[in-house]
Amino acid sequence: MLGRLTLDAIPYDNPIVMGAVLFMVVCALAVVGGISHFRLWRPLWSEWLTSVDHKNIGIMYIVLAIVMLVRGFSDAIMMRAQQALASDGGAGYLPPQHFDQVFTAHGVIMIFFMAMPFVIGLMNLVVPLQIGARDVAFPYLNSMSLWLTTAGAVLVNLSLAVGNFARTGWLAYPPLSELHFSPDVGVDYYIWSLQISGVGTLLAAVNMITTILRLRAPGMTMMRVPIFTWTSLCSSMLIVAAFPILTATLAMLSLDRYLGMHFFTNAAGGNPMMYVNLIWAWGHPEVYILILPCFGIYSEVIATFSGKPLFGYTSMVYASVCITVLSFIVWLHHFFTMGSGADVNAFFGITTMIIAVPTGVKIFNWLFTMYRGRVRFTTPVLWTIGFMVTFTIGGMTGVLLAVPPADFVLHNSLFLVAHFHNAIIGGVVFGCMAGFNYWFPKATGFRLDERLGKISFWCWLVGFYLAFMPLYLLGLMGMTRRLDRVDNPVWHIYLVVAMVGAGIIFCGILAQLAQIFVSVRDRVALKDATGDPWNGRTLEWAVASPPPFYNFAETPVVRARDAFWQMKRLGIAHRELPAYHQIHMPRNTGAGFIVGGFAAVLGFALVWHIWWLAIGAFAGAIVTAIAHSFNENRDYHVPSELVALTEARYLQKRLQEA
Amino acid sequence: MSADIRLAGAAEAALLAEAEDAYEGVHDAAGTVTLGFWIYLMSDCVLFAALFASFAVLRDQSAGGPDAREIFRLPYVLVETACLLVSSFTYGMAMIAMDRNRGREMLGWIGLTLLLGAGFLSMEVHEFASLIREGAGPDRSGFLTAFFTLVGTHGLHVLSGMVWMAVLIAHVLRRGLTEANRTRLSCLSLFWHFLDIVWIGVFTVVYLIGVA
Repeated sequence: MLGRLTLDAIPYDNPIVMGAVLFMVVCALAVVGGISHFRLWRPLWSEWLTSVDHKNIGIMYIVLAIVMLVRGFSDAIMMRAQQALASDGGAGYLPPQHFDQVFTAHGVIMIFFMAMPFVIGLMNLVVPLQIGARDVAFPYLNSMSLWLTTAGAVLVNLSLAVGNFARTGWLAYPPLSELHFSPDVGVDYYIWSLQISGVGTLLAAVNMITTILRLRAPGMTMMRVPIFTWTSLCSSMLIVAAFPILTATLAMLSLDRYLGMHFFTNAAGGNPMMYVNLIWAWGHPEVYILILPCFGIYSEVIATFSGKPLFGYTSMVYASVCITVLSFIVWLHHFFTMGSGADVNAFFGITTMIIAVPTGVKIFNWLFTMYRGRVRFTTPVLWTIGFMVTFTIGGMTGVLLAVPPADFVLHNSLFLVAHFHNAIIGGVVFGCMAGFNYWFPKATGFRLDERLGKISFWCWLVGFYLAFMPLYLLGLMGMTRRLDRVDNPVWHIYLVVAMVGAGIIFCGILAQLAQIFVSVRDRVALKDATGDPWNGRTLEWAVASPPPFYNFAETPVVRARDAFWQMKRLGIAHRELPAYHQIHMPRNTGAGFIVGGFAAVLGFALVWHIWWLAIGAFAGAIVTAIAHSFNENRDYHVPSELVALTEARYLQKRLQEA
Repeated sequence: MSADIRLAGAAEAALLAEAEDAYEGVHDAAGTVTLGFWIYLMSDCVLFAALFASFAVLRDQSAGGPDAREIFRLPYVLVETACLLVSSFTYGMAMIAMDRNRGREMLGWIGLTLLLGAGFLSMEVHEFASLIREGAGPDRSGFLTAFFTLVGTHGLHVLSGMVWMAVLIAHVLRRGLTEANRTRLSCLSLFWHFLDIVWIGVFTVVYLIGVA
């Protein structure tokens, strides 16, 4: 009846896990209680969960990302503490089985459920505004993407309380991830959470590409598209080209595990290295999927706060496109040790070094944008400068690892761990934070507290260097990754320093949470009545903060690259129109949320082999989608009087402010 | 720059009219949906590429079990192939009928396509069942694993295309050949022809090269 699921699945005997579960339950109860107390269930459902507005969906993605950042970071600090405690003869506090789950969960959560939702959330929030559109091309699909991603995140969190998570590392290499060596549910949780959220990501990218190609305001030629939108387009194209490989690979792994097939087994003709090749054919583009939109964020931030147009716009576009293409021909550098021979390794080593060239072009473009500009050192700018320094170091260690002989030595060592954290924290996390601080006023109508923002930045920056520079040294000294304990007193002090660094990053996260809290509390004082708090250049700043649900009362006509800057110079920004037209908008629908709910149940049922439930949930999702296709009442017109009233209120507030 | 502005000023009215069309979702919604569906199809294409690549890696790994030469019966597969190719033709006829606003005729062609799809699928299921009965199931060897997965994934796509067809028949019976239904039928048309192209790849790479 319940498949493999019994009461033993709940790890009563593990106090650390039960503590975490208790904490999650308390948080969930507090949220539920809060919503009930303030009677927010109805608005939550009608304005958020069923919303097809790209701005609300973007905000919900980012909320998911921040929640999962906290979850993923607690895994990180547990690992740092364990290695610091268990490197000087001690045993630490985590049993090996648990430690292996922690590092797997950390990687999976940070990439799939922190970085991806953060980046996709910012794209959702900003791209339609930057191109002068009312919404994305397929608003209902957008809502479904969000809820599929959330369903995946729910499964990962559920694995903490019911059963366990994979102990295989974040890419679940076979044969370790095969049924023979991982017979319990951990890898199944891994597979289904990624499959479900992967479908959501793919649909989001299809949506984003169509939006950018079809819904640009008149006059916005491709070479007038803001850089963030350009990089979002590149990133979305990478998702469309790479995520199906992940889907196929994980499907093959699940066929091995569920139907006894032999894709990646040791016996009967299976080939484990085929998995490694396939997963990295997705995995390498994935890092560019994450970093490209962040490059876009830095470009927007640095141009705005330097008060200058972006230096080398054209080269920035070409560099992004080059990276997009090149990211598909470097995957083998993740396993030079496979034994593919000198020629193959040399090819992939060289392509890897070449990809550093367009990235270098970008760094110079940002520097030249700042050159002779009046740079305002706001929080987003600090994140950007921190990125430029940190990412350059990470890039250089990457080029070092691209040399196959060096890689043979450093492969699977802490040097590698330090390198990719250097690139991903310095590139993606800093970028998301810059974007978060930069666009927060646009999304909410009030700015974030600058002081706490800066404290957070400095904690992150200092903490990052303290946490990861020792790992480079440890890697050079020969310490391999994923060790739950080591007996080498020489390494101990480095691991202690790294733990202190993680602690300082923790202060950075606390400062960020405090920043959000304080800013919400002081939202009146931090109010942005103008819609343009930073003296921005692109169209998202041409509307009120937060933008009305229809975004633009009249579709803007684009005459130059920095369209809004141009409008301000010509004195045609923020003018009252002689007449307003009715606006055609999509209606909210619960279908996306319901499909996501069924998907979560489907994943859970498949993990535990509860076949009747799996069939039921699958049928439920399909029937919901089909039933929605019969719903003819999908859109409506906003009356022109309502548009006129909304716009008049905004313009009046602007005047009062001025 | 000023020339740029003058140009924009002169063209502004035309551009605005164009914007109205694009945004009010009247004129070009169909084009946007079709483009989005194309992009989705490209992602499906990558999915099949991964499966084809895996098949190429594992094709000789029969692990002492039967190999391609022993299990494939080309005449049988040829009939199967014919079913699917003809179904693409009948779907094309349905689209022509749709363009001529002949709803009944269109439904007839769609029904025929559905039947041919069902014929293809039942032949495939029969092939799979007899292989499993003979002890050449997907768990026998790497080769058979890759074979069943590649061909089976295509089969699942055909099945979902047929479900979609049934749903669209219901749509057309309910509302007639509305703009929305035409767009849906065009998307399914793309999907159905795409599956045909993939099958030509399967027929060549798996069956023809397999027995060569």
